[in-house]
Amino acid sequence: MKQSHLRALQRVYLVLLFSFMYVPIAVMAVFSFNESKSRTLFTGFTFKWYESLFHNEMILSALGLSLVVAFIAAAFATVVGTAAAIGINAMGKRSQAVINNVSYMPVVNPEIITGVSLMLLFVVAKDGIAWANDTLGWSLPDNIFGLPTLLIAHISFCLPYVIFNVSPKLRQLDIRVYEAALDLGCNPRQAFFKVVLPELAPAILSAFLICLTYSIDDFLISYFTSGTTQTLPIVIYSMTRKKVSPEINALSTVMFLVILAIILFYNYLDGRRERRKA
Amino acid sequence: MKKLFCTLLAALLCAGAMALPAAAAEEEMIVVNDDISVSADYDWTRLADQGITLNVYNWGLYISDGSDDSVDILSAFTELTGIEVNYTTYDTNESLYAKLKSGGADYDVIIPSDYMIGKMINEGMLEKLNFDNIPNMAKIGEQYKGLDYDPNDEYSVPYTWGLVGIVYNKTMVEEAPTSWDAMWDERYENSILMFNNSRDAFAIAAKRLGMSMNPTTVEEVEAIAEELKAQKSLVQAYVMDEIFDKMEGGEAALAPYYAGDALVMMDENPDLGFAIPTEGTNYFVDAMCIPAGSQNKEAAEMFINYMCETSVGVANCDYIGYSTPITEVWEQLDDDLKYNEVAYPSEEVLANTEVFVVLPDEINAAMDKAWSDMKSYSEGGNGWVIPLVLVLAVAAIVVLFWTRSRKKQREDY
Repeated sequence: MKQSHLRALQRVYLVLLFSFMYVPIAVMAVFSFNESKSRTLFTGFTFKWYESLFHNEMILSALGLSLVVAFIAAAFATVVGTAAAIGINAMGKRSQAVINNVSYMPVVNPEIITGVSLMLLFVVAKDGIAWANDTLGWSLPDNIFGLPTLLIAHISFCLPYVIFNVSPKLRQLDIRVYEAALDLGCNPRQAFFKVVLPELAPAILSAFLICLTYSIDDFLISYFTSGTTQTLPIVIYSMTRKKVSPEINALSTVMFLVILAIILFYNYLDGRRERRKA
Repeated sequence: MKKLFCTLLAALLCAGAMALPAAAAEEEMIVVNDDISVSADYDWTRLADQGITLNVYNWGLYISDGSDDSVDILSAFTELTGIEVNYTTYDTNESLYAKLKSGGADYDVIIPSDYMIGKMINEGMLEKLNFDNIPNMAKIGEQYKGLDYDPNDEYSVPYTWGLVGIVYNKTMVEEAPTSWDAMWDERYENSILMFNNSRDAFAIAAKRLGMSMNPTTVEEVEAIAEELKAQKSLVQAYVMDEIFDKMEGGEAALAPYYAGDALVMMDENPDLGFAIPTEGTNYFVDAMCIPAGSQNKEAAEMFINYMCETSVGVANCDYIGYSTPITEVWEQLDDDLKYNEVAYPSEEVLANTEVFVVLPDEINAAMDKAWSDMKSYSEGGNGWVIPLVLVLAVAAIVVLFWTRSRKKQREDY
């Protein structure tokens, strides 16, 4: 009797928890098909927001920029972060602790501070370049704000996530497997690419995906470092004074579905691999 | 002799007056596309092969950019002049100011509101315009020139203007509001919406008290804040763009908003009306400026001139719904908009308005403080909810620990 009460309570809790997570997305998706611009009254079914979304130059170019920045930053951060993780793993205990703490700072540091400090750094760099161009006669591009600053900023806040995703996997890795590969005639580079890297692959892939989402998501840091360009979150935010267009609902729905598809596909591959192993 | 001279002069003047409109009608035009054609009396292509990209920073959804079947005036500009436009948007005057002040971006054209223009001029953040490159400044109506924020018209060219008034739902109010008092009317408790930005909210309370919306002393600010506190228990929510949904959906009876947006709401919901209170209201102007340090000043001036072309103005006005300061654009509007009391109110209404001016720092600080005090102030309202939730949470935790320790004790036996 009591057991079944508890079971019911558990179920209610679970339903509540998932509704908090998914009802907002469902509402958003439903209103992307709304005939009128209203966010409260559903007046009729239409695809017109999806159509106009693909004609809206500003939203599309912002989405394009967001994706370009996300992919480049995630790829770069993954490579550098993995290398860093391997390096850190090979260090002594004490220096490992120091480096880990230092690279943890950006994660716990409020984003607004990261954003402002990066912006100030870039302003100083810009002034420095202008000074070098004037007095030393160099001809460096002095308008660095825009894609370059965005990329630097995104790479720098993505890096710690890669390090902290790859490190645990690296610690699990049996060093003797690597040694065995060396014994069996691999040189260190071959051993790394043939033995260590495949073992790390799932962690690296999930680090890449995390970077991708964090980068597409990021508003604060991008806001301060984007110069005259605009990423998608900035465009959406700037609409709030008048009215967030339902095209944004449509876009968010599409993005949600794409990400859902990626996750399902990834899990399917994972499941198949597990089954094959078993 | 003198008389003859006078008649001659009069005749000449008459001829001149008649010749002018005729000349305007015959003026040659460059046709860019079906909707956009611009004056041929301007060298639009002189910067075409320099590969310039113009950085334009404007309010969100504040230009006709081709969405919702509107005319894409930006790509027409590129087609006409060969100058690319990097068009980006912001949400408040303050975030525009912060972005410029930080030095993190180089913009060429910005469109701030009146008081922000004044502030930027004071701080040397704007470039003086070269009106040789903006001959269309002559098209701007006289009443939009020489306003307080830029008294000599050196830094800005008006883009749009409008008034703040009360949007009301005819089915929910007993009589159409004529005064700001309606926003304090207890009959409409919980169906009043209010601006969620201090400057606009203070302006309304100040006007109700018969004061200027540009307070000069801290005491005035405090008096206005008291008025806002008195209103708080009647207010359903402090909102900005949610006003569209709430008013269109009939969730609230009264809300103050900008005339241009009121027209959009009235299109959606025919039950809505718009009234300009008799105490007077805020008259706002958004104007195009060039920030100091712009790398493409001439191209920026060309862009500003282009925005004042009649066909461009008509397309723009059609989309954003705000009122135009360009006389020729107004003449070409549809009659129902042209003689619309909301968009183009009468002289008497306009005479009883005030523009925002830059406030001294101490007044601004007092206003910010009074505003956040007011927002956190509650009239004995729902203060008990939070402690109750906390107590419940603590109780739940205690119960949890107690059952767990009991269970453990039992297991130990």
